[in-house]
Amino acid sequence: MTPAKTNRRRRLDLAKVPEATAQGIDERFQVATPLRRVFNKVFPDHWSFMLGEIALYSFITLLLTGTFLALFFDPSMAETTYDGSYAPLRGIEMSKAYETSLNISFDVRGGLIMRQMHHWAALLFMAAIVIHMFRIFFTGAFRKPRELNWIIGLSLFWLGLTEGFAGYSLPDDALSGTGLRIADAIVLSIPLVGSWVATSLFGGEFPATEILPRLYILHVFLVPGIILALIVVHIGLVVKQKHTQWPGPGRTNHNVVGIRMFPGFAAKGGGFFMIVFGVIALLGGLLQINPIWLFGPYKTAVVSAGSQPDWYVMFLDGSTRLMPAWDIHIPLGDGYTIPAIFWPTLVLPGLLTVLPMLYPFIEARLRRDKQAHHLLQRPRDVPARTALGAMAIGFYLVLVLSGANDVIAEAFDISLNATTWAGRIGILLVPPIAYYLTYRICLGLQQHDREVLVHGVETGIIRRLPDGRFMEVHQPLAPADAHGHGALDYAGAPVPKKMNRLGAIAPAVRGFFFPIEKPATPALPPAATPVSPAVPPQQLEDAGTQQH
Amino acid sequence: MTTVHTHDADAGGGASGVENFDVNDASLNRFDLVREGARRDGVEIVHYAPRFPAPGTKAEKRVERSIALLLTLSGLLGFGFVAAYIWWPFHYEAGANPSKLYTPLLGLGLGGSLFLLGAAIILWAKKLLPDEIAVQDRHDGASPRDEQALTGATMLNLVDETGIRRRPLLKAAFLLPAGALGLAAVAPLVGALIKNPNSPEPILLNTGWNPKNNNGNKVRLTREDGTPIRPEDVSVGGQMTVFPGIPHGATNVWADSPVLLIQLREADAQRLRGSIALAMANDPESRPVEGMWGNFVAYSKICTHAGCPASLYEQQTNRLLCPCHQSQFLITDQAKPIFGPATRRLPMLPLELEDGLFVAKSDFLEAIGPAYWERP
Repeated sequence: MTPAKTNRRRRLDLAKVPEATAQGIDERFQVATPLRRVFNKVFPDHWSFMLGEIALYSFITLLLTGTFLALFFDPSMAETTYDGSYAPLRGIEMSKAYETSLNISFDVRGGLIMRQMHHWAALLFMAAIVIHMFRIFFTGAFRKPRELNWIIGLSLFWLGLTEGFAGYSLPDDALSGTGLRIADAIVLSIPLVGSWVATSLFGGEFPATEILPRLYILHVFLVPGIILALIVVHIGLVVKQKHTQWPGPGRTNHNVVGIRMFPGFAAKGGGFFMIVFGVIALLGGLLQINPIWLFGPYKTAVVSAGSQPDWYVMFLDGSTRLMPAWDIHIPLGDGYTIPAIFWPTLVLPGLLTVLPMLYPFIEARLRRDKQAHHLLQRPRDVPARTALGAMAIGFYLVLVLSGANDVIAEAFDISLNATTWAGRIGILLVPPIAYYLTYRICLGLQQHDREVLVHGVETGIIRRLPDGRFMEVHQPLAPADAHGHGALDYAGAPVPKKMNRLGAIAPAVRGFFFPIEKPATPALPPAATPVSPAVPPQQLEDAGTQQH
Repeated sequence: MTTVHTHDADAGGGASGVENFDVNDASLNRFDLVREGARRDGVEIVHYAPRFPAPGTKAEKRVERSIALLLTLSGLLGFGFVAAYIWWPFHYEAGANPSKLYTPLLGLGLGGSLFLLGAAIILWAKKLLPDEIAVQDRHDGASPRDEQALTGATMLNLVDETGIRRRPLLKAAFLLPAGALGLAAVAPLVGALIKNPNSPEPILLNTGWNPKNNNGNKVRLTREDGTPIRPEDVSVGGQMTVFPGIPHGATNVWADSPVLLIQLREADAQRLRGSIALAMANDPESRPVEGMWGNFVAYSKICTHAGCPASLYEQQTNRLLCPCHQSQFLITDQAKPIFGPATRRLPMLPLELEDGLFVAKSDFLEAIGPAYWERP
């Protein structure tokens, strides 16, 4: 038989298709080894590692919903008369941008849920970034070799803020325009070139007709493009440098302990994506956000009380409200001015960008630390850093609350001016108090860890001695010396502080309405429970010998 | 799979394993290959055990049923979303009607479906996938010294090959196109965007009240619909937002022009007159700010802090409050800022009566709105 004939006679063997396809792909791209590396890559597991994932999944949701919105939105500032479904605004003069935003809300099938999902996803994106940043900071994950990723993360926060502000401005409702009006004032305040920059950005005197189309291309192309590129680098660096991990049994600075990427980690990640996406859809469908039809089109003479930006801009609004009325006048020539608004809206964000970006290098310099660190630190173990972080959060919270001081004043029936003064004084007092308290709390927690390592876990059993004294029985974590003191060193991992962490109490019976398994027997019979020096659980021994 | 795979991490690991391992050995099961593959990738699977060593137990069935239930509900909600998307009435109609439920239904359907799907996948991963602990080497730190040296030499050689260091003429000459093209890259952006705020006219100083925007005639104060205003239109202690009576005067084309017209009570008007007289006496050089007509006064509505309309009028305290940053201006003291971040007074629009109708005597005598560097 000739080979040609064989070929003609060959039947399609379905069972062989996957293998043949894989073979064909590998012949062309030689992927067997790198692909297996991807499958086998190990990720450590901890709940705090999923905060950044929320940001990533929110961003994907933003891309999806944003693309839908872009199909129906027109950023033109040309005047038009509304004639859509929403009766209260019919016949009103407005820009095309506002009209198309209303159309998306009322006349595009499913447009409103897309708009609301887009807005909720943006809020969640920024919130996840901030919380993720706290996690990185307080556990020291920014240390060498991850300084660059810390800087990229901070850049992503500021880019997200810019992107969010641009998006907030696009519908051209009363809140959008008010925000842009303030942005115009901020740009005007730049020394020397403010009026030129503002006029150039807006294409004339505020509001002119250029700003929305320009913000639009920033919002749908330029900034998301940069964000996407930075996210790719951000995650690429995590893959390349491998994830940090908490100290624990078998975990060192030179390995990663966890589960392989496939199937376990990928399944959890994929499932979590669905959950984040689902929560955003629930929020977008059930909780109204930014009802632009209630605000009306932007008119310079109209504003309502309680005008607030999105939450992630609120701290800058707060700083603007707290800033005392301190213009700087320069008596040269005709006289020049540095407006007070310049400091809280441009200098402060500048500082808040540069200082955190330099922080990893400053800390390394102060600690004379040139080592690479892959094991995370518990916040209590680095009190100075934790206290600094608490100080920063205190500072930030005062600003955020001040950004809503009019709402607070109204809700709690406090004088508006008193809330402003509370913010002005608070911004000076809260950070140092936060620093001091946090530092003391860290030291206290450290001390308690040592105490448990030396004396053991409190058992809750009080014993009365023959001479009438009472004493509490402690369960040592390791064989004790002659004084009854344990010999364990602190290893940076959580110290068990309750008896059921030591297996003295049986795990809970599983099953919701009725038990689905036989209750497990306790590790120790009740009578024998904690009194004698128990054999330390395996993981403690491991933790005790792991130094990093 | 019922076998319990456990493996103690051997400290040595050893390259010998790679040579001794025969992939085609028929006695190896698939997991042996998996473990060997992982080992070659620097990953040691130190613990690997099925969640349910004995298959088909009650507990395992229960997990399976839970996951199947979640997936079923997710699918039903997903179909529900599609059905609602297509058939539920979605056009806005005033009043209580089914269209109001359109968006919530979509949210419940889509969100519920996605959420339950995610929950099912995670339950699957946590309850059914084998329990595993894998350890991977980090291979952190710098490249080997040799590698660094070789790459460094290659990079330095690259510079030598161009000979740029011993050819200063070329180096200098290269700077020319580099600089030129750098500028060329920036030029279109800056050149096209740049706009002079002072030419052809100083746009930050000119508002709709300037007579030249009204063919040289004084500009009337009008309501938003363009009707002019007589003194009796504003009650004592009352206020009204007014716009320049020129084409598009009440639109965003003249965003700098909205004005708050206030009729003060007699005592308050006296206070304001006193304040103006005092200012003129203290500084005769100052530009005249007297712009009242009777007990009427008009202030720019654009806040001198950040440009929001400073329009919340507290009649009893004679204050204007800007809702954006809570600057407060005292009407009876030429709208002096008395609280908050604003530093300058709201400019006063000089008023006059013409044929019984309010007109602006002239444009504002200073720039309205937020401050800037060269603001006069």
